[in-house]
Amino acid sequence: METVLIEADIRKKLFTASGELTLDMKFSVDRGEMVSVFGPSGVGKTTLLRIISGLTAADEGYLKVDGEVWFDSAARINRPARMRPVGYMFQEYALFPNMTVKENLAFAQPVKDPHHIKQLLELFELDMLKYRRPAVLSGGQQQRVALARALARKPGLLLLDEPLSAIDPEFRSKLQDEILTMHRRYGITTLLVSHDLPEVFKLTGRVIVMEEGRIVKDGNPFDVFAANRTSGKVQLVAEVLKVEMEDIIRVLTLLVGNSLVKVAVCDNPEEQYKPGDRVVLVSKAFNPVIQKIT
Amino acid sequence: MSNEFFATLALTFKLAGITTVILLIVGIPIAAFLAFSRFRFRAVIETLVSMPMVLPPSVLGYYLLIAYSPDHFPGNILRDWFNVQLAFTFPGLVVGSVLFSLPFMVSPLQAGFRSLPDSLAEASYTLGKSKVVTLFRVLLPNIKPSLVSAVVLSFAHTIGEFGVVLMIGGNIPGVTRVASIAIYDEVQGLNYSMANKYAFTLFAVTFVLLLVVFALNRKQALWKPF
Repeated sequence: METVLIEADIRKKLFTASGELTLDMKFSVDRGEMVSVFGPSGVGKTTLLRIISGLTAADEGYLKVDGEVWFDSAARINRPARMRPVGYMFQEYALFPNMTVKENLAFAQPVKDPHHIKQLLELFELDMLKYRRPAVLSGGQQQRVALARALARKPGLLLLDEPLSAIDPEFRSKLQDEILTMHRRYGITTLLVSHDLPEVFKLTGRVIVMEEGRIVKDGNPFDVFAANRTSGKVQLVAEVLKVEMEDIIRVLTLLVGNSLVKVAVCDNPEEQYKPGDRVVLVSKAFNPVIQKIT
Repeated sequence: MSNEFFATLALTFKLAGITTVILLIVGIPIAAFLAFSRFRFRAVIETLVSMPMVLPPSVLGYYLLIAYSPDHFPGNILRDWFNVQLAFTFPGLVVGSVLFSLPFMVSPLQAGFRSLPDSLAEASYTLGKSKVVTLFRVLLPNIKPSLVSAVVLSFAHTIGEFGVVLMIGGNIPGVTRVASIAIYDEVQGLNYSMANKYAFTLFAVTFVLLLVVFALNRKQALWKPF
């Protein structure tokens, strides 16, 4: 068995809200890898997953999965989506409203396997909800059903499009654990689109960073994101929410992750801050107080 | 007289029933095609399907009568090869009804299909399902209100059609005489009580049918993305 599962070299013209963009990517993914595709919205992350799954055709290039050609513009090969054994989890879940949770999972199976469905329902804690329809489920529950459904057909490759985007932070961590458990249990090669850095670090050993349709970095998340920054300083990216004058100093209210931080800055006319600015919050290594959360 | 009344009504509902069943079989693929295809001449087909909605029924009836005529194509082929005569017969009425009620079946279904998010069909494809399986197991079950509207509108419209039926079917009792024709005929004969019977029956049936549509669509609220 080869170690390389996916070999891709694809180009496609995209028409996005910010104008024309050419998706141009060449990469390979090893068997059993869990890879995240990271980048701002509108760089073609979803399009990449759609091309791999066959929902969108690339303009040119080729795509080889598990030794079989799925797309080759030169040979005019484009295997239809339904002939590609992928599990695709849509950003908007795309659960079938006319079917119950269990029926959604059963529909996905080419060969009925009630045992596998039972296993999935248990793994994602959906057993109590199996006779409910998607419309009555919460966002997090729907997301779990979508993930379980993508796995129900026993795909050779799992494509997750922002699987945890709509989940509140508390529950997100739990679902990330579930994805990890799932990956460990089934060893399935997974491509995960994300724009959440902590998620990339937690879930994947490899990240492909995209900018304007191209791969700009590819490697271990620590190497990719932290390489030039391990200088003993803490750097946090923050957004300015509010600027207030208090006596002679200026107080900025910053959003760091999900918490609000107030920082006093000198009234420097060279550096004017306004709400909406993206800033870097730097602290020296000996300054922060670190406590383990129990 | 009473026998003839019931025979006419039975014929009317038989025509509407058969027409609706044929329209379901023909209309679902057409509606799916019009909703999802990116075929270049789709607009032409859409126009042709919608024509009966605005065309005077007598125009459609006239062309059908010409087409049915054994003196022209395709009427001569039908007669010579299949020994089928469509003018002033019940099968002829069915063919005409299918054509003039087509938009009433296709438009609601097409609108229903378009209201569904693309990802629903796409999810089904990525799960290895064919277009046909996707159509019947995913798309159609999720546009039930449109399906009910389409069926009832086609049925009711077939019952109510007058111009086309008169042109191609005439007024042969028990063969082509449907209720809407009978009303006209009874009024011509100054037989108002009989005309009243037919008219009231059609009025009541149509009212109940439309009431069912509105009640169902109200209960089964339209597609609601979660």
